[in-house]
Amino acid sequence: MESSILTLLIFLPVAGALLMLPFAKLYGKENPHIYKWIALVTTSLQLVLAWVLYSNFNPAMSIAESPFTVQLDWITHFNIQYYLGVDGLSMPMVLLTALLSCICIIASWNIEKQALGYFSLFLLLDAGMMGVFLSMDFFLFYIFWEVMLLPMYFLIGIWGGPQRMYAAIKFFLYTLFGSVFMLLAMLALYYYSDPHTFSLITLIQTAGSIDAEIWGMSVKYLIWISLFIGFAIKVPVFPFHTWLPLAHVEAPTAISVILAGVLLKMGTYGLLRISYPLLPSEVVNFSYILAVLGVINIIWGAVNAIAQIDMKKMVAYSSVSHMGYVLLGMAAVVSESPEGAQAGLNGALMQMFNHGTITAMLFLLVGMIYERAHHRWIIFPQDYKQPELAGQIAFGGIGAKVPVYTAFIAMAFFAGLGLPAMSGFISEAMCFIGGFSVFRTLTIIGTLGILLNAIYFLRAYQRIFLGPLNEVYKDLTDITGRELITIIPLAIIVLWFGVYPAPLLNMIAPAMDGIIQIVQSVI
Amino acid sequence: MSNLSSLSYYIPELIMISAILLIIILDIIPSTKSYTFNLALASIVASSFFLCQNYGESHSLFMGMITLDPFSHYFKYIFLFATCSIILISRFDRQLDRKYASEYNALLLIVLLGLFLMSSSVNLLMIYISIELVSIPSYILAGMLKNDKESNEASLKYVIFGSLASGLMLFGLSILYGITGSTDISGISSALQIIEFPLTIYFPLILILAGFGYKISMVPFHFWTPDVYEGAPTPITAFLSVAPKAAGFAILIRIFYTMFTVGGISEGAVTLDGINWPALIAVASAITMTLGNLLAIQQKDVKRLLAYSSISHVGFMLMAFVFISPEAVRAIMLYLFIYLFMNLSAFYMAIFASNKLNAHVIDDWKGMGKINPILSAFMILSLLSLTGLPPTAGFVGKVYVFAELFKHQQFYWLAVVAILNSVVSLYYYFSIAKAMYLDEVDTPVEAVEAHPVIKWSIILFSAQNLLFFIYWEPLIEFIDNSIHLFGM
Repeated sequence: MESSILTLLIFLPVAGALLMLPFAKLYGKENPHIYKWIALVTTSLQLVLAWVLYSNFNPAMSIAESPFTVQLDWITHFNIQYYLGVDGLSMPMVLLTALLSCICIIASWNIEKQALGYFSLFLLLDAGMMGVFLSMDFFLFYIFWEVMLLPMYFLIGIWGGPQRMYAAIKFFLYTLFGSVFMLLAMLALYYYSDPHTFSLITLIQTAGSIDAEIWGMSVKYLIWISLFIGFAIKVPVFPFHTWLPLAHVEAPTAISVILAGVLLKMGTYGLLRISYPLLPSEVVNFSYILAVLGVINIIWGAVNAIAQIDMKKMVAYSSVSHMGYVLLGMAAVVSESPEGAQAGLNGALMQMFNHGTITAMLFLLVGMIYERAHHRWIIFPQDYKQPELAGQIAFGGIGAKVPVYTAFIAMAFFAGLGLPAMSGFISEAMCFIGGFSVFRTLTIIGTLGILLNAIYFLRAYQRIFLGPLNEVYKDLTDITGRELITIIPLAIIVLWFGVYPAPLLNMIAPAMDGIIQIVQSVI
Repeated sequence: MSNLSSLSYYIPELIMISAILLIIILDIIPSTKSYTFNLALASIVASSFFLCQNYGESHSLFMGMITLDPFSHYFKYIFLFATCSIILISRFDRQLDRKYASEYNALLLIVLLGLFLMSSSVNLLMIYISIELVSIPSYILAGMLKNDKESNEASLKYVIFGSLASGLMLFGLSILYGITGSTDISGISSALQIIEFPLTIYFPLILILAGFGYKISMVPFHFWTPDVYEGAPTPITAFLSVAPKAAGFAILIRIFYTMFTVGGISEGAVTLDGINWPALIAVASAITMTLGNLLAIQQKDVKRLLAYSSISHVGFMLMAFVFISPEAVRAIMLYLFIYLFMNLSAFYMAIFASNKLNAHVIDDWKGMGKINPILSAFMILSLLSLTGLPPTAGFVGKVYVFAELFKHQQFYWLAVVAILNSVVSLYYYFSIAKAMYLDEVDTPVEAVEAHPVIKWSIILFSAQNLLFFIYWEPLIEFIDNSIHLFGM
């Protein structure tokens, strides 16, 4: 039982998607209810499994000792293994994936158009995400990484907004561009390490001794760069971020949640899982650049968010900014003080989890107002179809009309800007503490991001919810029961980890200590 | 082996020859005319049966003119499979004139015979004859649509380019004979080892490469490909895109590894002293895949797009050909096998689209996802495989080719060119996917079913993309057993 739980976590959604096919024959493709329910049951089961995994999870155990680890030969002559495992690094990501998948199915309850396609693709996407976080074999990891792209392409391309086709192919091309470099890095790691292996656990020992040159550059350096391109596009790190606002804005609500909540984390997860333990000396050399990129992300994302008049785009850019904290925290691994390194790395992983929940709330809430008002402008753009409204504040004063909704979005906004007692505050503070112990000036610049975040969140809040009521929206209805189900669990988590982050910290700390040890040993 | 005793190893070909003659006779008699299709299929089944009988044996047949070895066997299976499938599909294709069905089947069998010879020839004369035996019926097949201007144009272009290429090759072969005094490739090989002046070898080498390059449509000998692929009847296009290409690679591997290396195919073999043909192939590979991809982007016609995509796939396969090792040959053989299925299924989908929906350009494919959801889903799988993304066999094929570069730790620039190309290829393959699923359709669509034979061919050929992704070890073992070239 214990060893099959990880396999089940990945392949349960696949089974759910396959189960839908016979129903398509029986009930026709037009009846969406059956597919919704199958998807809901599947993801709920997955969530239960993830919880069972969590309650039996021992953070102190390494992958090799863990009873959940599965290691089977797949293709023997290429030494590819079906190798799944869970440790403190992947555990929070597994929980996050399972939770958000389940919530997103509920949030997609209104999907009527081609429901069979939507829910089956969503489940395949879910399987791919789980697979990425559980694979301990690089080949397997790469496969799951790529498997996600196709469902995502269709989910954005068919069910997205007006520019969906462009957004979908741009997302696909960008991520593929990154991942082909990862493929080269993977093969280089395989052939330059001795013995040849894809196992990420074995490579921790063997990758360090790679000592060869290509074009006068060390192979390890080139592998690091290739991996970094692959992961940086997913995060997204500053010059590679242009796919993100487009994809997030055009995707349907639930898919934006998955994109921002889970997919972005894969970039930083990949860095922590693969680049950090395998190439620690390159991490040390590269940490300053990583910190600079992190700070650029924080400031650039926030400044762009200030300039947005579309709520969803604002939230999308806030993601860029928030992922910058993660990068800064990760760069702090080279800190001379052990507390600094610990704060940085633990803060980075916590920020990954916390941003996943906070941004999910934000996208869900923006999606709700879009469903009611059919637009999500904060201020109407200059070229709006009704010229008399151009440049005007779009909503205004609806706080009194929809008090429950307003309460939740206020909470999400405050969590986003890092208010104490919300989970975002703790992780951001830890990233800064870690960063400050190494990169003083950079971190000070980075803290400006907090201020900038406050500007756009508070201004948006004021423009939408405060002031006199805009008469157009006098019939706006408040949040419904189904929507509450999607928001409340996230709100509880955000508050809980804001007040008492110990469960999260205890879960991840041993794994992060392991990474710190590996990196510190080469300084 | 003497001529008479060779015959007992030559049963598959003999069956084909008798079937070809019988079809021609049956075609004259009105009452038996309809049996030619069955006869053609039966002869293929029978020759496959006899072919399986002596798998694993290595013999030199007909006084050293051709050989029988596991390597040629592997390719013969591919040819038999492709031809069988094409004959089957052609019967249900609406484009072809039923009146000429017997000629059509007979011509396909002649090509098949030529392909068999191509994969097993070890003598310069036989090589030339076998290539012509494949080419000449192919010219006719490309022009099979008598009243179609484009088909005629395809045929004519094919003839002109084909003649030029075979002329060049013949010139190269005669120079080789001139400097070595032998037509047997192993005899030539031993004579070439002692030639000190590399230019004398370079010259015929490039000429021969031109001849083979034309067969596999390697840049710059690719000009015929798009026009012929577009104009020829679609089943013939599908056939030309896989079978002669596989044969071209078979003969390329056999000739180059025998004649222009020291040590043949074995581990540690090197090129002839001073003859750096791998670098030549590397450049050709990079140009082939890049040009194929860049030109494919602009194509509106599905068949033309697939033509350019097939050029870029040749570039990928050539990438493994820059190394002299059994693993490199394995990578090419694996890629060819996977390419056979994914390409055929994509072309069969094009046959379905043009037969039932009269859809030729990508824009005509709009709403295909609703018109035939099952086949469209499998088409997506084939497109994924052509792009080389997991979870498909196309990804496996690509990984094996890339792995060669890393194993030999050479030509890394080629790896970078190739991965950038695979990103580019995504764009045009998914322009088809976009038309099928993403584009809005103004008019209501109604479901259209494909003919069962076409439908199941697409489904099965596409499904192998998943099958050989999930577990491809048996396939690799089979290929490993097949990398035994006679005399190496």
